[in-house]
Amino acid sequence: MTRIFFTLLRRDLAMLLPGGRSGQSLLPFLFFLAIAMLFPFAVGPDAELLGRTGGGVIWVAALLASLLPLDRLIAPDIEQGVFDQLALRGIADEAVIAIRVAAHWLSFAPLLIVATLPASALLGLDGPTLKTVVLGLLAGTPGLAAIGVTIAALTAGLRGGTALAGLLLVPLATPILIFGAGSLARPDDNGTGGGILLAAAISLVALAIAPFAGGAAIRSVRDS
Amino acid sequence: MQAAAQQGTPLAGTQTSLAAHDLYCRRGDRPLFGGLNLDLSAGEALHLTGPNGIGKTSLLQMLAGLRRPARYGAHGEAAAPGKVVWQGSLGYLEDRTALDGDLPLAEALGFWARLDGHPAEFEPFGLSDLMDVPVRYLSTGQRRRAGLARLALQGAANWLLDEPLNGLDAEGAAMLERLIAAKRMGGGIVIIASHQPIAVPDHRTLDLREHPW
Repeated sequence: MTRIFFTLLRRDLAMLLPGGRSGQSLLPFLFFLAIAMLFPFAVGPDAELLGRTGGGVIWVAALLASLLPLDRLIAPDIEQGVFDQLALRGIADEAVIAIRVAAHWLSFAPLLIVATLPASALLGLDGPTLKTVVLGLLAGTPGLAAIGVTIAALTAGLRGGTALAGLLLVPLATPILIFGAGSLARPDDNGTGGGILLAAAISLVALAIAPFAGGAAIRSVRDS
Repeated sequence: MQAAAQQGTPLAGTQTSLAAHDLYCRRGDRPLFGGLNLDLSAGEALHLTGPNGIGKTSLLQMLAGLRRPARYGAHGEAAAPGKVVWQGSLGYLEDRTALDGDLPLAEALGFWARLDGHPAEFEPFGLSDLMDVPVRYLSTGQRRRAGLARLALQGAANWLLDEPLNGLDAEGAAMLERLIAAKRMGGGIVIIASHQPIAVPDHRTLDLREHPW
């Protein structure tokens, strides 16, 4: 049981972590930094304006960066019959999806939070704002990972699923964005306002739903 | 988890059997086959035949528990769906190898070896020269051999083989026949879907044309 868990997590991480042999590039990380770098050029060097809008830009950049690996999350394993072989071994699709959510989060979120530091310097954010952004990302990115894996599973059997996946993530991720980034506009309670707690709550709901929605999606592809 | 636990037990003395009843299958709106009953006991082999598109692969997937049997009859008064009951764990070989294309063969097989808790073997499958080659560079026949290696290390009691001869050369086919014979000697049930004749002694044959919906 434990062996199965760690074997699956290890494979998923090797597949998704940047720099691994079969791992993907640092693209989401660089993409995130590129947005943070381009934004000041676009709006001009107005420090006050940048400071007010920078936190929101980091949130949008994080959401977009979490989109990049969606096409590699589920579809290749369905095409290669990996889920079928796991099912034959009595491993529930829900468990496989839950592990993949964890691996997806580990592969993009910690790096993104580290990248927030140079990004905040580029955007001229002050200390309290940076703290709110980092706390908000910690609360919100697990939800983004869960929603991302769910959508990847739902669109895996479709032609042109990747483009659809990008579009589907936007409305589903909007609540996390509203509360996570919204906490910047209303920094009550020392910058850890109710917005972050609400973003965390939405994350928990998404995490709870993802394995079952993703598992059902994989079974429906199999049974079609 | 039950199936995974069963694989740890030695095969000798394992009582295997298959009881499948009232199997009906449709793909989309198209009925494929129906009224199928299948009872196999330890050591038996079954050769599934029939023209392309008759539902050989669908039947194997149904027997593997990957596809639900369809319900027979009109909406509202449909009969209960058929049942598939296996004694003993199940291995499934198909065109899709379930091996990561970007990884060298040794690592790709190593994942399944760790999952199943059995070491991967390369020599018996003629794969020892290919351990460092990424799976996507393998030829069709080499990929089929890799699939067989994955199937063998799973140590499942029973095998479902979908067109196992595809891509295999004469030597590979002889190897497959030896593997099937060894599996049956160990008490396993082997079901082979193939439109080619396969040299398996005293097997039963099931032609899906005789089981229309």
